[in-house]
Amino acid sequence: MSRPVAKDARNLALILLFMPFALWILLLIVLPHIGMFVLSLKEKVAPRVYEYGFDNYINFAQEPIYWNTLLRTGTVSLLVTFLALLIGFPVAYYIAKIAGKRTKGALFLLCLIPLWVSDLIRAFGWILLLRETGVISSALQASGIINTPIEMLYNDATVVMGLVYTVVLFMIVPLVSTLDGMNDEMIEAGYNLGGNGFTVLRRIIIPYAMPGIVAGCIVVFMLSAGSYLTPILLGGKNSSWFTEQIYDQFISRYNWESGAAFGFVLLLFTSIVVWLGLKLSGQTLSSTVAKS
Amino acid sequence: MNTSNTVSDLACSQISKCFGSVQAVDSVSFDIPPGSFFSILGPSGCGKTTLMRMIAGFESPDNGDIHIKGSSVLRIPPNRRNVKMVFQHLALFPMMNVYDNIAYGLRCNGSSRSDINKKVHEVLERIALPDVANREIHQLSGGQKQRIAIARCMVLDPDVLLLDEPLGALDLKLREAMKIELKLLQHQFNTTFVYITHDQSEALVMSDHVAVMNEGRFEQIGTPQNLYHHPKSAFVAGFVGDSNQWSGKVIERTSESITVACGAGFDAQSFATDMTSAGIGDHASVYVRPEHIQVELANTDPTVRVNTVNSIVGHIDSLLFNGANSRVLVRDQLGELIEADITLTGSHDDPKPGDAVTLSWAPARSLCF
Amino acid sequence: MKAILSSAVVALSLAAPSMASAETLRLLTWGSYAPDNLVKMFEEKYPDIKVEVTFSNNEEMIAKLRATGGAGFDLAQPSHDRIYAAQLEYDIYKPLDLSKIDTSNMEAKLLDGVKANTTIDGELYAVPHQWGTSGLMADKSMAPDLAGWGDLCDPKYKGKTSMRLKRTILLGTAFAMGEDPFAAYSDLDKYQGILDKVADKLISCKDNIKAYWKGGDDLSAMMLSGEIVASETWDSTAYKLYAENENIVFVPPSTGALAWIDTFAFPRKGKADDAAYKWINFVLETENVKLMSASTGAMAAVKGAKDLLPDDKKAAVNAAFTDDDVENLQFFANIPPGVEDMEGKTLEKIKAATGG
Repeated sequence: MSRPVAKDARNLALILLFMPFALWILLLIVLPHIGMFVLSLKEKVAPRVYEYGFDNYINFAQEPIYWNTLLRTGTVSLLVTFLALLIGFPVAYYIAKIAGKRTKGALFLLCLIPLWVSDLIRAFGWILLLRETGVISSALQASGIINTPIEMLYNDATVVMGLVYTVVLFMIVPLVSTLDGMNDEMIEAGYNLGGNGFTVLRRIIIPYAMPGIVAGCIVVFMLSAGSYLTPILLGGKNSSWFTEQIYDQFISRYNWESGAAFGFVLLLFTSIVVWLGLKLSGQTLSSTVAKS
Repeated sequence: MNTSNTVSDLACSQISKCFGSVQAVDSVSFDIPPGSFFSILGPSGCGKTTLMRMIAGFESPDNGDIHIKGSSVLRIPPNRRNVKMVFQHLALFPMMNVYDNIAYGLRCNGSSRSDINKKVHEVLERIALPDVANREIHQLSGGQKQRIAIARCMVLDPDVLLLDEPLGALDLKLREAMKIELKLLQHQFNTTFVYITHDQSEALVMSDHVAVMNEGRFEQIGTPQNLYHHPKSAFVAGFVGDSNQWSGKVIERTSESITVACGAGFDAQSFATDMTSAGIGDHASVYVRPEHIQVELANTDPTVRVNTVNSIVGHIDSLLFNGANSRVLVRDQLGELIEADITLTGSHDDPKPGDAVTLSWAPARSLCF
Repeated sequence: MKAILSSAVVALSLAAPSMASAETLRLLTWGSYAPDNLVKMFEEKYPDIKVEVTFSNNEEMIAKLRATGGAGFDLAQPSHDRIYAAQLEYDIYKPLDLSKIDTSNMEAKLLDGVKANTTIDGELYAVPHQWGTSGLMADKSMAPDLAGWGDLCDPKYKGKTSMRLKRTILLGTAFAMGEDPFAAYSDLDKYQGILDKVADKLISCKDNIKAYWKGGDDLSAMMLSGEIVASETWDSTAYKLYAENENIVFVPPSTGALAWIDTFAFPRKGKADDAAYKWINFVLETENVKLMSASTGAMAAVKGAKDLLPDDKKAAVNAAFTDDDVENLQFFANIPPGVEDMEGKTLEKIKAATGG
């Protein structure tokens, strides 16, 4: 008699424990997405008259401007991911393997500091530095290196730099945590068995850090492809970004239906890129993102 | 131990290493003849790992020189020294399978694909694991990992194989089995093994020669038997094998024997050795191994006693039954515990806790420092 | 269970009196359209009304009200050309009662204009509040000859001009090319033809542009630092810069500055209509108009509004506008459904084109 009651109580406790999490997932993630998906299937035929269909998606496919922008966003985000890896890896290696215990914490904190200010402020910081009459240009002029002001703002390189700056931390954190778990013996064994620095890096350190690398790349790619402020504020005349197009659809053109469709296209696109990345690197989601 | 007509595989002369103010290794010198099993035995923190890392090239000595096969290796980076190392946690590469782990070193030195294939399979045969080439590391048992770690080094045909307490992580039963296996592998490959351990039984069982290390220095180098029976210092006597130890003052010294008043109600007489220069009145320590102590029930006829000197009376505190290696703990009149080996036959006249006993040993069996 | 119930009752009874005693007026308006001093004065005059302000812009106002079907706010301030289509499409406003508003002081021309724009099925949906123009801005010491929209594409200012990639520049460029885009609103095919021509022109102009500005702040920074010498602009931004550098003036384009009127409109599910009428009448009082204009930098839709501007703004307006310019104003026409989409596509095309 008492056992079923205890079991019920335990089940109830379990349900109550998971309730907030389940509600959170359901209310804040699942439901809005379903709503957006339904919205994306609506077509406006006349004021206050809608029909269901795939027109919004077809429109996307038929308009080269849209998918060119999407491809551009994807390519630039991949570049950002690659650069973030290139910059983040040595930093993470230094923090995890070379720095002392106390320096480690300080360095980690230093990496975190940029996150204490908002995206907007960070972008304005870059603007102040890079504009034609900005700090760097003026300093270069004052030091006599250049004699006419140079404009370093409003081009794709600035966007890439701003994005790398914003996302590199999300590369460093998973890398530090995987590299931290790597026994130093492993690296020494790599040398001891005859490997030079490059072999040890390529055959041992990188394969070992692969879960962290993939996790970092996924996060960084997603963040970069989904970012809005940095590409808008630092970008130049030709730097269109896909999120800007979603915003325009929603806000400037009152076209929520097509904006929702664009949102799903972006979600699908980034998911495919991530899936391809996982396939090519031979990793799984559970061995990378879920692990770190 | 060094014959002049062969070049030793590994020779260190006067090497020292400081970390800040800590003298980790203090002018250590030794020579290892080809094909022998050499152990460095010492408590943790004695500098043995630093010594090994200097041989492997991960640290460079402040002073002294290291020769492998007769030539100095100080200027050779670790990846080009023909000294391979089995790490404490083995450091097998988890992202590679067994084959790739073993092939790693061969690939690094640029062997051809067919050569690699042949050598990997040969070495797997030799360690009696011919079928594991395609397994992942996590699919191996502890003992198998051990052997793969050794094979990974041996496939490169090193001049010296260093082993850094590789048995530490194994459970007791496996450790016992691996001791024997390591020794056999060493014979089979006929390569010089340098084995680091803090476990004296590992060192004694496997080694041809053992160096006992303490506080950065070598206390004594010798065969296991030599170390066990003829320790040259109090540290070696205490560290290698079990010993009962008393300290006291020398009260008598002749050309043949030394007598120490141990304050435990008896005077210990030892045969004089050349190891102690203690004169009358000096402090000295006496070491007696449990297996050299004779245990007799107090009611035994005094005339049949084996030893006439060095006897203590006490009561049996407890019996430690371990088959042929059974031991008895005897509490003397001062309350100190003394260990002695006995044979328990299982009959009713075996000693029991509480029995009064007399312990004794021959002066030749006790050591005084 | 009982405990939960009783505590809920306590909570309700605590909340109820405060709800009854103070009405909340939720304003959805532009930044600077509800200055703190005015809000404070209003709350002192009507102690039982509490004002809550949300700053926004035309597009976001519509998006916000659309999301809730017109709930969440009691008074909104969209521009006059953004009401008709939004109401037809999304039904987010409710008609207002003009008799509750003191219109005696209002500039009749503006009131009639707004009436014409925002009357649907005989019901009026908005009254004017502030008005201003979009046009050009130039640093007279560097670009003294700038006169029309097309001059932004003049090669002698190469790399030194800016514009905002929004519908204003499309309309302005259309006027500069001799078209009347507002007249073409009734014939969307014709309008598309105009837009295509405008797009070609602005794409070929791209090389001349330093960057597209996104808000008043980056425009001001570029202009003040001298990185650009001329730009498309809101007049209020130009007036602010005039206060800092007298060479920077607002230039009404030769084809006429584009005039907008920000209005008052009632969201469909607004709850505090009376308070909203009180606010409208309050800010139309002459003394309060002065305070409002000082904050917005725009002119109020009341008689003699220019004289109610603060002195520095008045000087800036006098430096910019002649009486002819005022006569020449082009008021934004109601945006028919579908035009936003056409314009949006054109803007995307311009943005995506790589140089000219």
